[in-house]
Amino acid sequence: MTDDKTAVAAELVGVTRVYPARAGHAPVHALGPLDLKLHRGEFFSVVGPSGCGKSTLLDVLSGLAPPTEGKAFFEGRPLNDTVPDGIGVVFQEDASFPWLTVFDNVAFGLRRKGMEAGEVRRRVDYAINFMGLKAFATAYPAQLSGGMRQRVCIARTLVMEPRLILLDEPFGALDQQTRLLMGDELLRLWRETGATVMLITHALDEANLLSDRIGVMSARPGIFIDVVETGWSRDRDSTLAADARFGLVSNRLWSMLRSESMRAMGQQTGERAAEAAE
Amino acid sequence: MSTAVASTFATRWRDPLIVLAVILAGWQSLNLWGGDNVMTSPVATVRHAVELFGQSRFLPHLRETLTAYFVALAIAVFGGVSFGVLMGAHKLTGEVAEPIFTALYSIPKVTLYPLILLSFGLGIQAKIAFGALHGIIPIVIFSMNAVRQVNRTYLRTARAMSLTPMQTVRHIIIPATVPEIFSGLRIGVSLTLLGTMLGELFASQRGLGFLLMTAIDIHDVKTIMALALLISIFAVLVNSMMLAVDRKLHARL
Amino acid sequence: MNPATVIRTLVIIGIVGGLELACRTGALPHTVIIAPSAMVASIIETLSSGELNGDMRQTFGAVAVAATLAICGGFVLGFLIHMSPRLRRAIDPLLGAYYAIPHVAFYPVLIVIFGLGAGPLIVLATMLGIVAMIIATLGGLDRVPRVLLRTAKVHGLSPSQELFLVRLPAATPHLLSGVKLAFSYSFIGVVAGEFILSTAGVGHAIAFSYDNFDNYRMYGLILFIIGFVVVVNTTILFWERRMVARRGTR
Repeated sequence: MTDDKTAVAAELVGVTRVYPARAGHAPVHALGPLDLKLHRGEFFSVVGPSGCGKSTLLDVLSGLAPPTEGKAFFEGRPLNDTVPDGIGVVFQEDASFPWLTVFDNVAFGLRRKGMEAGEVRRRVDYAINFMGLKAFATAYPAQLSGGMRQRVCIARTLVMEPRLILLDEPFGALDQQTRLLMGDELLRLWRETGATVMLITHALDEANLLSDRIGVMSARPGIFIDVVETGWSRDRDSTLAADARFGLVSNRLWSMLRSESMRAMGQQTGERAAEAAE
Repeated sequence: MSTAVASTFATRWRDPLIVLAVILAGWQSLNLWGGDNVMTSPVATVRHAVELFGQSRFLPHLRETLTAYFVALAIAVFGGVSFGVLMGAHKLTGEVAEPIFTALYSIPKVTLYPLILLSFGLGIQAKIAFGALHGIIPIVIFSMNAVRQVNRTYLRTARAMSLTPMQTVRHIIIPATVPEIFSGLRIGVSLTLLGTMLGELFASQRGLGFLLMTAIDIHDVKTIMALALLISIFAVLVNSMMLAVDRKLHARL
Repeated sequence: MNPATVIRTLVIIGIVGGLELACRTGALPHTVIIAPSAMVASIIETLSSGELNGDMRQTFGAVAVAATLAICGGFVLGFLIHMSPRLRRAIDPLLGAYYAIPHVAFYPVLIVIFGLGAGPLIVLATMLGIVAMIIATLGGLDRVPRVLLRTAKVHGLSPSQELFLVRLPAATPHLLSGVKLAFSYSFIGVVAGEFILSTAGVGHAIAFSYDNFDNYRMYGLILFIIGFVVVVNTTILFWERRMVARRGTR
């Protein structure tokens, strides 16, 4: 058990990311330098003020974008600008393919791997059931609500049996009640698959409720100013919100983030003004 | 500062200028390949276009075309915007008329020209009617969509601030719809020119289109090229000015 | 049925009926326009006599060739231009001004270069339609949501898989509008060319009937051409609507 806890699923070493200058804009130093170790099987959340480089962190850790400096590792192997097998990503925007049915959306990745049809059907049916989409297998995403579409995207990721799941504010566009329910679903998924999960969110309560550890990021360029260990049990769910300790963690997160958020607002207002002045 | 402006100007226009040079080179090589009977060289065409303005027989034709064009345009703009706004504001009228206008937009209207000629005679009225017929349809469609797509929240804001209907039109509806209506006008301006030219090419006794047809009959390639060039330059100039305004209007949205 | 559809149908019936009545009672002289029923009779007569079979073949053949060239060529060119941002910037002003230039001003130029016949008509109609397809292809490929391309990368798709499995399906609605426009423009190009310059084809037959005061045949042909285009466009529109209903407006 202790061995399991300390085994490293993914690691960032001295990572920075700088977006090169575009016409009329200075280069943007979005991230780092920062280090991060994700333990195998843990639920790790990242919170931070808007524009602090949370999504950039996910890009680097998944292999979607290379770091400018430093190195990113997945299961001990360095990432080189491709997303390796074993990593699944769920985005904030609706990434379901509108021209495919729910079933075909979920089957997309398996078919690319050349898996035979019977096995695809078995695995897709399982993922669709798991995400509560059974009644909608032949529907198109346009016929579903935003929350249901996000379930389709999660099912599409889940079906690939990833060992590391990265989620970039997946519930950002959903209403509060749906978010809470989706959070419970996510915990269930995490427990049953045993995967390592990194969730990026701007909702402190959400991070608090779901995570083993929470990384708090500074305003841009984003670095970790603290990592909070929650100490929740593995079979937690959204009823945890009534616990007194829950409020303490939320307060601690907010007290760290308040000044960073104000700094970030200042940065953004300054940039808007500079753009408008051009 | 001024060097920075100059350098962005250079990077922005260098590639389009290369394209222009390629077109001119192609034009020149057609002249070298086929001789003056197939295509006049760019320089000779420009020279002849300038000469045309010195000819007393040219100016009345130019005036005829411009008169027909601007009258047609005035009809298309006023008729198109008022009818389009009405269709946008009155939901049922819009739903009834929209498919009819969409169908009219895509039919080859050139086939309707005999009807126009039989109704309006061979004079300038037929050209005006035909130009207006081409220009009015996109203006109607864009104006209608402009009004339909006014953000409902703006209207609720107007109600919350208890603006009068006149104030709502003046301060909410007009600013919110002008960019889209202007896009329609830009297309309408081009299509009115097309319609007017079409009218002049077929069964007309005056105007630039008539000059083009006479030039074909006597195989006067130089005049054909010069007229096509003049018309294109006029069209491109008007269009780029309107496009610049259009982009400014839309940038604020 | 939706009330707007009912009213629209009534309005159209009213216009057609009013025209019929005005023509039959002589309120509108037959030297100006003929009754709709006579137009339909004229279409049937002209089609069944087979007199214009050659003209029909020329017109529809030229449209078919030109529309195919415009759609396929426009798609390939649009794709290549999309691949090269530099080329894109270079020809952007050209694309923006293209439809502002009245194409008919160039008909005489093309006649001088290519002579009369089906060849120049096809060139003309293709040139008119191809740019609409290029613009639609660019618009479609530009608007592929970035998150779908990121999803493609997560699935480790090769560039050609990304193109055929993600980019093209995502761009399909735009491509379909391009097809509709390219077809309309090709048709307009062929008919307008025949009308003004050619010695054959349905467009020429209309102009010829006009010159010979044969309103009966002329109006039959006009209705036939317009009806044909409306039917084709409505079919594509129906198809588009079905796709929107299934896929939403994304």
